[in-house]
Amino acid sequence: MKVLKAMQMNRCIGCLSCMITCASVNQQDHSILKSAIRIKTSGGLSGKFIAIVCQACQGDVPCAEVCPTGALAKRQGGGVTLDKDNCDGCQRCVTACTVDAIYFDPETKKPIVCKHCGVCARFCPHGCLQLTEGV
Amino acid sequence: MLYENVINVLYIDLATSRIEIKRRSDLFEFLGGVGVATKLLEETMRPELPPLAPEQPIVLAIGSISGIYPLVTKTVAMFISPLTGELGESYAGGRLALTLSMVGYDAVVIQGHAPRPSYITINGENIEIKDARAIWGMDSDTVGQFIRDHESGSGKRSIIRIGPAGEKKVHFASVCVDTYRHFGRLGLGAVMGSKNVKAIVVTGDKTTKIQSPKDYFRVYQSIFKSVTETDLMSKYHDLGTPINVEAINELGALPTKNLTENRFDRADQISGEAFVKNNLVRKMACTGCPVGCIHIGQFRRVFDEGYDYESVSVAYDYELIYALGTLLGISKTDEILYLIEAVEKTGLDAISTGVSLAWATESLMKGIVSEAETLLPLAFGDTTQYYKAIIYLANRENDFYNVLGEGTRAAGIKYGGEDFALQVAGNEIPGYHTGYGNLVGLNVGARHSHLCNAGYAVDQSIKVFDEDKAIDALFEEELERCVLNSLTICLFARKLYNRETVLKALKAVGYTLTDDDLTRIGQRIFATKLRIKEKLGFDPRQVELPKRFFETPTMHGKLDTSVVERMVEKYVKKCSILLKESVKL
Repeated sequence: MKVLKAMQMNRCIGCLSCMITCASVNQQDHSILKSAIRIKTSGGLSGKFIAIVCQACQGDVPCAEVCPTGALAKRQGGGVTLDKDNCDGCQRCVTACTVDAIYFDPETKKPIVCKHCGVCARFCPHGCLQLTEGV
Repeated sequence: MLYENVINVLYIDLATSRIEIKRRSDLFEFLGGVGVATKLLEETMRPELPPLAPEQPIVLAIGSISGIYPLVTKTVAMFISPLTGELGESYAGGRLALTLSMVGYDAVVIQGHAPRPSYITINGENIEIKDARAIWGMDSDTVGQFIRDHESGSGKRSIIRIGPAGEKKVHFASVCVDTYRHFGRLGLGAVMGSKNVKAIVVTGDKTTKIQSPKDYFRVYQSIFKSVTETDLMSKYHDLGTPINVEAINELGALPTKNLTENRFDRADQISGEAFVKNNLVRKMACTGCPVGCIHIGQFRRVFDEGYDYESVSVAYDYELIYALGTLLGISKTDEILYLIEAVEKTGLDAISTGVSLAWATESLMKGIVSEAETLLPLAFGDTTQYYKAIIYLANRENDFYNVLGEGTRAAGIKYGGEDFALQVAGNEIPGYHTGYGNLVGLNVGARHSHLCNAGYAVDQSIKVFDEDKAIDALFEEELERCVLNSLTICLFARKLYNRETVLKALKAVGYTLTDDDLTRIGQRIFATKLRIKEKLGFDPRQVELPKRFFETPTMHGKLDTSVVERMVEKYVKKCSILLKESVKL
């Protein structure tokens, strides 16, 4: 299964279309705060953009390892899948992720986890984000 | 507010620190953006007081679909312009529109005068007026860095701020929005400075459930595809607006050396291609816009022996290349970027700065002013002197720069040389000496900008000139732009957001409006603007146009004053009819 990779962030223009479409499609919300991918600047807009997003860990997956209910399960190809009904909102996954790519949604009391659907890559005008076969 | 027929207005009184939030359904008949801002300006302005009186308002507003569709990226600011003394209206992109929508305010009205240098933070219902004494005097770049570090909310905030020129209330001081965008024209920076406000930080946390996800995303996707898969926007993405340098030059419409000429013989050296070759390092976008029209140019310069270099990155556009390039006779891309950096840091409007310095140069050449006044041997092409002059202008260095800082019209009146002061109704002209459409358009346009009615495009589209047709085109365009601006859509997308698309976009998020509704909204807005201008004592028939506009040929040859007068008269008649009919709207 394919996974999302932020390959060419040098080319990012900071339009945040990825965040807008991720939040719309996956959380049915207009707010970019609901996006599973986040584009940040280092040192203001004159700095470089970076994408904070699930790195599609393979083998030992830290967030899944700490999940006490088994709501987070290893995903084929990399990353995890979230079974919302099983999640008790403990937030251990949030702290376990080294790249801070799991966001806790204070409204639903569940984490927002990238599912590597690739909608963000489809709407990236400069090809910074790509859906690729697991590396 | 999204999915609601109500306008949320945040009122801030700096003198008393009183904060009020009103939910106003009565304002919905203005839709949002410039409509709501115009109405709020009419309600809160004080026509009997000067533009920089503490009582005068600053109004910021966004539209009902801000931040959720591609290129709906602008925030409108309305105020009384210290430069023209009448209706002030300016637009900026960046992140401001998105953050205002995420903080939940459609409009913000700021009045009063803070007792000490301050900056305002708007974070949900938590509005604070904070101490800015330590950051007062900083250039707009540095102050942005300090506030970024000091305030929380990285990634979901917008920081707008003024530079030293705004603090000194230079009448054409600008406001920097998120490093690369600006409320450039008509002096909003001076209005902020007059209120003792250095910066405003907007941080938004609000979420909004999409009510019909499929309908919304279908429309989002179709607009996104038109932006990225057709050539509608390619002009703005590829070379960007500087593509116009050579095009306008070829037409014989490029104001050069204070419009003593209409072509620049070295235009090819500062064309869009030249900037790409010499300086372009990246492109950037306003939030929600996949076009990325912001072209960042970089250059390096030596500052000491021993190979000590510093590098400078600034955004460039056509109007800046005109005002700080051709109008000043400068033919090197690096040097234009150097002057752009100076207006960025000091917080001045680039067009007004270029025009005022071009006037100063010609005045010095003609002996109308002396070097004792200009302090510098200003000469066309001499970038080093212009850089210093920009600093003097921002600093109001002496009596001369003090007057020049009140605008080119004011300087012409004080020193003479009004005949070649390139302004219309007090606003310095943009870079299109195309013909009657442009000149009349600047005069009758609500804010005397080429963006009111695109007179320059009227001139370029007509084959055989017809006064009546030109007047109709200007009037219709002004009305249509009232509609687009009520939604704060970037005007680069004006062809994309035709009526059909606008109605579809609105419908997908629950606003069922008709074509006729939009027409009425446009008329209502324009009529309100006309009433404001009347209250502020403006009459386009009283505007005295500098002789230079009639001496230097346009792309259609020399202009005749009597034709301009007749056209203005006809336009005024159309406005009176609209005003009469607007009572019924």
